[in-house]
Amino acid sequence: MDQKVDSRANAGEVNVTLAAPLADLFPGAPRRTRVVAGDVDHMVDALDEKWPGMRDRICDTRPAIRKHMNIFVEGKRATLETPLRPGTDVYVLTAISGG
Amino acid sequence: MAEKVLVLVGTKKGVFIAESDAARKSWNLRGPYCEHWPINHAVADPETGTIYAGGGSEWFGPAVWKSEDLGETWTHSSEGLAYEEGKEPVSQVWSLAKRNGTLYAGVQPAGLFASKDGGKSWTHMDGLQKHPTRPDWNPGGAGLILHSLVPDLDDDNRMWVGISAAGVFGTDDGGKTWETRNKGTRADFNPEDQRYPDFGQCVHNVVKAPGMKDRLYQQNHCGMYRSDDAGRSWVSIEAGLPSTFGFPAAAHPRDPDTLFLLPLNGDSKGRYMPDAAAAVYRTRDAGNTWQDLRNGLPQENAYFGVLRQAMATDSLDKAGVYFGTGGGALFASNDEGDSWVTIAEHLPAIHSVETAVLRA
Repeated sequence: MDQKVDSRANAGEVNVTLAAPLADLFPGAPRRTRVVAGDVDHMVDALDEKWPGMRDRICDTRPAIRKHMNIFVEGKRATLETPLRPGTDVYVLTAISGG
Repeated sequence: MAEKVLVLVGTKKGVFIAESDAARKSWNLRGPYCEHWPINHAVADPETGTIYAGGGSEWFGPAVWKSEDLGETWTHSSEGLAYEEGKEPVSQVWSLAKRNGTLYAGVQPAGLFASKDGGKSWTHMDGLQKHPTRPDWNPGGAGLILHSLVPDLDDDNRMWVGISAAGVFGTDDGGKTWETRNKGTRADFNPEDQRYPDFGQCVHNVVKAPGMKDRLYQQNHCGMYRSDDAGRSWVSIEAGLPSTFGFPAAAHPRDPDTLFLLPLNGDSKGRYMPDAAAAVYRTRDAGNTWQDLRNGLPQENAYFGVLRQAMATDSLDKAGVYFGTGGGALFASNDEGDSWVTIAEHLPAIHSVETAVLRA
């Protein structure tokens, strides 16, 4: 079993905080939510299921987390492959950008 | 019949809409819309009044926004607006055009997408990527962008696109195959013996003239041109203009011989109004002669530029003409350029100006 399948099979509920500018793009989306996910990629899919189109706002099609978006897990910048332990706090944040 | 005239303004910080009646003497401005995203092009479907706005956020990537209530509420989507995994992702939408039931989007890096469901989902028209010149396309100053998107409204199989800086391409089979359409346009930035290449010209804007099947106009980085054979060959019409450099061109809604331009002082001279005095240039004879139109435009300290999609006409008689500046000023004429008023002075940098005339 590869790591992705393994992490999804063992998924638990995680706490997700969304940046306000991201939540504002999806009417009804709260700043804080809970989803079942075993890694960050899985979490983004779960968010997209709740609010269709959210994956495209967080990730590009390389696929990777967008250059000016940051996802923090246990205090560290994550990638799509970062595993999530049940109960973990995940922050989806907008980076400093623009002018 | 009562009419509502909308001027749709795409800016660095969202869409603004200026609204007037058919007289176009006073204007109300509202916005910004689209959550302050940089919007490169906002257009309206004249049949339904639906507004589409394409752009890209540094945070959130590319999307096409849509409003079915003249800007009050908006949705956004980029479903399918993507290249295959592993390729450089689409970063921004640069141009939009509607033809019959299909909405088209030109993107960066240069490519063409189509939506049959009003912008909810998109399909890549990959014929353009298969052109043999594709590996050799080089980006212009704003990146490798497909900015001019010109569907032939009378023939679903024909379309022209302008790509910076790959040049003009045309299709006669609905986008399956494309030809270069650059014969006669210069590339002054190339060595002397390579100034008329097959592709690689820095096209700035392409528009189709109304009522003539094969007439196009093109503002290029290196000159101003007209084609009377669907872009297969181009002739220079820059004699009488203050410079060979500018970005936008706007066709008249009915007269194929009338065109509006905004020449800048030159590519290496600051790219602002010649002598810092603003003028729109109008031809009534397909580019043989030009008249500068200044009445109501600032005639001193006009150090602004106007970007490639930031000038438009409306469909009324007399035609309205509109342009927006990099400094956020929006100018309007209700008499084909003879006189001008300022609609707004302090908007964000203006990327695009388009119009819609709706039955009120």
